[in-house]
Amino acid sequence: MDSNEKKFLSVHNLTIDYVTYEETVHAVRDVSFDLEKGKTLALVGETGAGKTTIARAILRVLPEPPAKVISGQVYLNDKELFGISEKEMCKVRGNDITMIFQDPMTALNPVMRVGDQIAEVLLLHGKTTKEEARAHAMEMLEQVGISGDRYDDYPNQFSGGMKQRVVIAIALACNPDLLLADEPTTALDVTIQAQVLRLIRNLVKNRNASMLLITHDLGVVAQTCDDVAIIYAGQIVEKGSKEDIFDRHCHPYTIGLLGAIPRIDTRVHRLATIKGLPPDPTLLPKGCGFCPRCPYAEKICEEKAPELMEVEPGHFCRWQRKIAGE
Amino acid sequence: MEKSAVNGLEHNQTLKKENQVIAVLKRMRRNKGAMVGLAVFLFIVIVGILAPWLAPYPYDQIDMASAFQSPSLKHLMGTDNMGRDVLSRIMYGVRYSVTIGVVAMIISFLGGTLIGAVAGFYGGKTDQVIMRLCDIVQAIPSLILNIALATVLGEGFVNCIIALGIGGIAGAARLVRSSMLSIRKMEYLDAAKVINCPTPQIIGFQALPNAISPMIVQATMSVARNILNAASLSYLGLGVQPPNPEWGAMLTAGRDYISKYPYLTIIPGLVIIITALSLNLLGDGLRDAMDPKLKK
Amino acid sequence: MKKFVLKRLLWMIPTVLGVCILTFTIMYFAPGDPASIILGTTATDAQLEELRESMGLNQPYLIRLGSYLSQVFLHFDFGTSYTTGVSVVSELMERLPRTLFLGVLSIVVSVVLGIPIGIYAATHQNKASDYISMTIALLGSAIPGFWFALVLVLIFSYRLNWFPAYGIGGISYWILPIVSNSFMAVGLQARQARSSMLEVIHSDYIVMAKAKGVQQRDVIYKHALPNALIPMITTAGSQFANSLAGGLLVEKIFSIPGVGNYLVNAVNNRDYPVVQGSIIILAISFSIIMLLTDLVMAAVDPNIKSQFAGSSKRKKK
Repeated sequence: MDSNEKKFLSVHNLTIDYVTYEETVHAVRDVSFDLEKGKTLALVGETGAGKTTIARAILRVLPEPPAKVISGQVYLNDKELFGISEKEMCKVRGNDITMIFQDPMTALNPVMRVGDQIAEVLLLHGKTTKEEARAHAMEMLEQVGISGDRYDDYPNQFSGGMKQRVVIAIALACNPDLLLADEPTTALDVTIQAQVLRLIRNLVKNRNASMLLITHDLGVVAQTCDDVAIIYAGQIVEKGSKEDIFDRHCHPYTIGLLGAIPRIDTRVHRLATIKGLPPDPTLLPKGCGFCPRCPYAEKICEEKAPELMEVEPGHFCRWQRKIAGE
Repeated sequence: MEKSAVNGLEHNQTLKKENQVIAVLKRMRRNKGAMVGLAVFLFIVIVGILAPWLAPYPYDQIDMASAFQSPSLKHLMGTDNMGRDVLSRIMYGVRYSVTIGVVAMIISFLGGTLIGAVAGFYGGKTDQVIMRLCDIVQAIPSLILNIALATVLGEGFVNCIIALGIGGIAGAARLVRSSMLSIRKMEYLDAAKVINCPTPQIIGFQALPNAISPMIVQATMSVARNILNAASLSYLGLGVQPPNPEWGAMLTAGRDYISKYPYLTIIPGLVIIITALSLNLLGDGLRDAMDPKLKK
Repeated sequence: MKKFVLKRLLWMIPTVLGVCILTFTIMYFAPGDPASIILGTTATDAQLEELRESMGLNQPYLIRLGSYLSQVFLHFDFGTSYTTGVSVVSELMERLPRTLFLGVLSIVVSVVLGIPIGIYAATHQNKASDYISMTIALLGSAIPGFWFALVLVLIFSYRLNWFPAYGIGGISYWILPIVSNSFMAVGLQARQARSSMLEVIHSDYIVMAKAKGVQQRDVIYKHALPNALIPMITTAGSQFANSLAGGLLVEKIFSIPGVGNYLVNAVNNRDYPVVQGSIIILAISFSIIMLLTDLVMAAVDPNIKSQFAGSSKRKKK
């Protein structure tokens, strides 16, 4: 399916379940995507679509149990991450791949000085001395717009936006190749969302790092990303370049998502919505997951799950009609 | 808080909305420990209720000729110093020990709920004063407070219940208050205020039911603690007095013969432990079932 | 920090005062006439009346309370025992060290054993070792200390003859009392340690620590443990109350001449000054331990630290 040329990050057929006593949640189903060096890929989808699970699986920080990786491989520069030892993985985490969390209020260790939390990641990977790490950590604080002399403060002395800046500083301290940003602005006030996003974008660009941006905000996608993958009920329903998705989208769900964006240049009385809710991930329908909400649904949609197929070079779509060649 | 839970459980919000109580019970059914605890405790209670029909002998039938008989087929748990059948006494003892535990718990929680709800709901000065008073009461370790109260009230079944019940009020009040505080800021309470709902009604019908789950767990555990403390009081001669077959009193009476007839001490103790254990298991199960975050 | 310590110290005073008032009030309603307890059954009515008058027993409640409080706070005097006529304070001071020794050592044992067991169980969640250690802990938390003491005496003193059954002396005299008094606390501490560890382990900042590349071991000991320690310390402190109270019965069983034994005998003899004095001393000991707990907490928990850190470091931006 994907070309064989060398990719920077490559995720193949990732399938993850959450298994509890009561039920099995099919959180991620057969997800594959590639990301080139220096590019930004957005994973877009509703709450519960499985975006966070994908990011945490790449870093191998899923809580297992209940999470269970059923199948899949993740290649980073041709290194298969699921195959290496935990010890080796520790060298990858924080150094090659880092993560920004959705909720800055809970992402920092409350009993550790913020500076030490930045310095820790440097000491773990950089083999610097303590003094150097401290100096570098202060520099990182300055880079994210916090005065370096707040090194010795504790997280509870920071506001949400500042905490997220600290998290960003931790994530970027070791100049990672790949940044997994899990809804980095969702929990922040609207007024500082743009600031933080710009900060992340600039820092990532300066370092020529790649970014996997998880979001449900298409505005953010438009500003930040090169490629987009739309996730619905644990599956990629459409992926392609930003232009493919915004201008030549073909999946009904993408159409619905884009239709739900308020536009400043047209007057509408009521925003378009997608009817209904995503399917219960413990009881997925036999056919297409989007079928019950799809305005174009036909009989075949209920019975047969559509395959992801290439509609134009680099642009994939999981829709029955496209498959049927309409 | 929910957000920090296992991220994959996000979907919970979208799941069909089940009745909360049923969901809790369902979840608890998978918890083997809790079910064993519940079964054992129910068994004990039923034995207590049916004691007159189940007990092989009257609990107070003295038969000096057959005193100090070790456990045998005729007397499964042996006989005590007066030749009374220990098994029968243990069965009747449920009526004393479990009743003490449950009724004292009810007293503690009625008092505690009233005080704690007022403190938690009003907050501010009222809260501070009430909590400082609770601090003072709780500065006296609970068993010692029970001893002081029992000294004043005198020994006996009812007084033991009252002493334990009053002794537990401060702890219960603190618990209710803290769960009230956590829901006090919730918007549905403001909504109730806005529509001019009378305060006692808000406390009683809007706030308390939402504070109830930690209370149920603690109430279960406090029955166990009361049974243990009642036994301690009996041991000190301040609780239920022999010849009443309260377990602690039986244990205490057996103490004098411990080196020769240890079963007289050991059996009532084991029964107390089994009861307390079953309640603790049940409480644990309830807590896990009500707090999905701790779910495995 | 200083502010916190000071505030916490000052709060001790009303607490102790409150405990004195509460204890006095409870005992005020105690049945029995002190005069006839002191003089015995042979005394005449006139003698009784005279004694009542001289002891101030005919005064109204508030006046008696006031004089008791001034006696306790200004002269550190809990009166004299009705039965022996000995000063309660001197008796208490002689006995208190033994009671504290038993109580503090029981807590130390419960912390030293309970916390590692709990951490071990939490880090091996749902494995056999978790179930086994938690079953033992659960069992421990349901066993009444005095019953356990009796069983230990039966086995190790009467049957095996390894340890003395009662009295005080060398270390061998203390082993059974401490084991029986700490057993329940070990169970409770282990359970608390496990659940607070589990709660912390599932929090975001632990995932974050992992995402930084911290090794599993360090995630547990450097990131999770310091956070989980906070509720564990509280548990240890409040367990001290149980171990003081449980110590009462243990002292009685092993005939240790501590405050507990003194209190228990006084209750049976209706020797109220001794009862009051003992309760107050035990409550003060407990309050001091809780004070120490809070101070340790303040040192560990930055939430408390920053709350009292003053305004100099408040948000600058």
